[in-house]
Amino acid sequence: MSKNRAPAGRRLRGLLRKEWLQILRDPSSIAIAFVLPAALLLLFGYGVSLDSRHVPIGIVIEQPGAEAASFAGAFRHSPYFEPRLYMTRQEAVAALRRHELDGIVVLPSDFAARAKGDRAAPVQVIANGVNANSARLLSAYVQGVWSSWLTRELSARRIPMAVPVDPRPRIWFNAELRSRNYLVPGLLVVNMTLVGALLTALVFAREWERGTLEALMVTPVTLREILLGKLLPYFVLGAGGTVLSVLMAVYLFQVPLRGSLWVLAVTSTLFLLAALGMGLLISIATRNQFVAGMVAIIATFLPAFLLSGFLFDIDSMPAPIQVITHLIAARYYVAILQTLFLAGNVWSVILPNAAALALMAAFFLGLSRRRLHKRIE
Amino acid sequence: MMGARIVALFVKEMLALFKDKRSRFVVIVPPMIQLIVFGYAASYDLNNVRYAVYDQDGGAAARALLARFEGSPTFRLTHTIGREAEIADLIDARDVLLVLQLDSRFGADLSAGRPAPLQVIIDGRNSNTAQAALDYVNRIVSDFNRDWTAARGLHGPPVHLVTRAWYNPNLESRWFFVTGLVGILTLVVTMMTTAMSVAREREQGTFDQLLVTPMRPVEILVGKALPGLLIGLFEASLVVVIAVLWFQVPLHGSLTVLYAGMILFLLAAVGVGLMISSLAVTLQQALLGAFLFMVPAVILSGFATPIANMPEPVQWLTLGDPLRYYLIIVRSVFLEGAGFPLLAGQMWPLAVIAVVTLAVAAWLFRHRMQ
Repeated sequence: MSKNRAPAGRRLRGLLRKEWLQILRDPSSIAIAFVLPAALLLLFGYGVSLDSRHVPIGIVIEQPGAEAASFAGAFRHSPYFEPRLYMTRQEAVAALRRHELDGIVVLPSDFAARAKGDRAAPVQVIANGVNANSARLLSAYVQGVWSSWLTRELSARRIPMAVPVDPRPRIWFNAELRSRNYLVPGLLVVNMTLVGALLTALVFAREWERGTLEALMVTPVTLREILLGKLLPYFVLGAGGTVLSVLMAVYLFQVPLRGSLWVLAVTSTLFLLAALGMGLLISIATRNQFVAGMVAIIATFLPAFLLSGFLFDIDSMPAPIQVITHLIAARYYVAILQTLFLAGNVWSVILPNAAALALMAAFFLGLSRRRLHKRIE
Repeated sequence: MMGARIVALFVKEMLALFKDKRSRFVVIVPPMIQLIVFGYAASYDLNNVRYAVYDQDGGAAARALLARFEGSPTFRLTHTIGREAEIADLIDARDVLLVLQLDSRFGADLSAGRPAPLQVIIDGRNSNTAQAALDYVNRIVSDFNRDWTAARGLHGPPVHLVTRAWYNPNLESRWFFVTGLVGILTLVVTMMTTAMSVAREREQGTFDQLLVTPMRPVEILVGKALPGLLIGLFEASLVVVIAVLWFQVPLHGSLTVLYAGMILFLLAAVGVGLMISSLAVTLQQALLGAFLFMVPAVILSGFATPIANMPEPVQWLTLGDPLRYYLIIVRSVFLEGAGFPLLAGQMWPLAVIAVVTLAVAAWLFRHRMQ
């Protein structure tokens, strides 16, 4: 045993050196680790936003008057809307059909009378419902403009209006509801899932296809050394990519980082091990670069994007789908990062999620080790 | 002669893709499963929102308001608390998304005609969820207010707004996302089959052999493009069928328009895939290239976040994204029943992207030959 120890270290060093040389020869690995996350984070950090501004909305004024004009003015002052005036409903509807407008507010010819409260009747709002979320936001924003205008008008004319219950929202962690604050940590997760799996998905499949893995098998290196020799270099690359992404999130996108750095470092290490382990497993199990590439795409990008809770609320999904989300490593990392960035070290969130990540990392790496073993016997 | 050579290359390409059982499997089965899983997952609609109540008033009016939340399918009461400090514990640990707090003067204020505050403490870590949940809260409160004023003959707001959503009256966001997934899954399959095709041959050295045969670049291009086009067409038809039969998304428009858009989109996707493939020397580079195109293409397509919300320079970038046009075509045909005149503006850019990328790919083949 003791006689083997020194050469074992040398063997591992040899493998690591070989992997580094290979990484340096085809710089696409370095591109995956650094250029991919930087480019994607830059693009998404600026590009992805759920905060609507300047929504084109048509306002149909069937009969011009002081009330109608002041109501249209209220829309012009709102940062959410870009109102366009129409004389008839038909013109506005035609524009909605051509996708020039997202919604229409119809002020009927007796609007002035209605606004004074002589006759209680509804004012119609039409929204293009194809994008249900945008339509709902549009309706809420119109409601907001409408009620503040109404309150102003009524108080100016000293008409009493009862406000029974007055909801007063207090939004914690992200008071101004900046969607970038939660999208950037989420994108960081999508990014690192991609990077982790892409870095390792092809490494074993490539060696199988070229036959160099079999050549390696007849040398005295052990399976654990082979696995470590593959894992360590890509872990260093992936960790570099993570550091770069976190720096961009904090300094470029000004997302507050309220948790501590060492928690971030530990949980990111766990996640990276899980992601790299999944890539290694894909690579070992498929032995074919084409299939490995397909599986990597299927198993990483879209699940991390759609099932991680980064965009879509997991609690609102049907129960069987919620069960599936537990198999996605990104789910746990999203929960950790959103909390670490916006709320701080909340142990009741961090500990269970970190434990899940550790379990997944152990599972993927352990299974990789076993599958690798089986193949040569 | 030329036809026979293309057919031969086409047969060889199909064999390369489908002779391996696992390749066959990964090209066909996962996209179907993904459409079903993601179709259920992708939605901004909220239900089962866990909330807690901190009722310091406990009067009849407070209970009447809270009963409306308990009766709503959107909300699920999980905790009733008695101390201020518990609010932070529940929200920090994500046990609840929001806490409704009624202070001890709630009932008295309400009876006296003063505005009675309802504190809504909400977890803003996911600001979109927070905003949507607040929206639901406001709707329940304004219903309560209307009934309260009406029952007491008070002056409420004289006019109220009634919103009608066209094309999607119940505002089901599933319709929006399932139609979006139709585009994304088609793109993924098409890109994968084409992006790896040339790179694989180049890595194995067989592309050089192909270059010394009498085949002209155009023939190689057609032979390489056809399998991707056919597989994409098959896959897209499959996901359209699932969208209609499984998810019951209404298909108002004509299949002719849908397929015209689909073929143009597939040509563009195949063109981009072949271009990436002929630039790459190894499979890893091809995979990287496919990702570098696909991930931004999905995120900038307007699938999950509206293009109109993006800053202007990023909006220009989306003009080069074939998925952007295809998503508008699919959604308009499905939900609005749009025809050719309305969608021509989406179709010609797809044709331009297809022609440019295919031409560049063919040029790259020839460039390699010289």
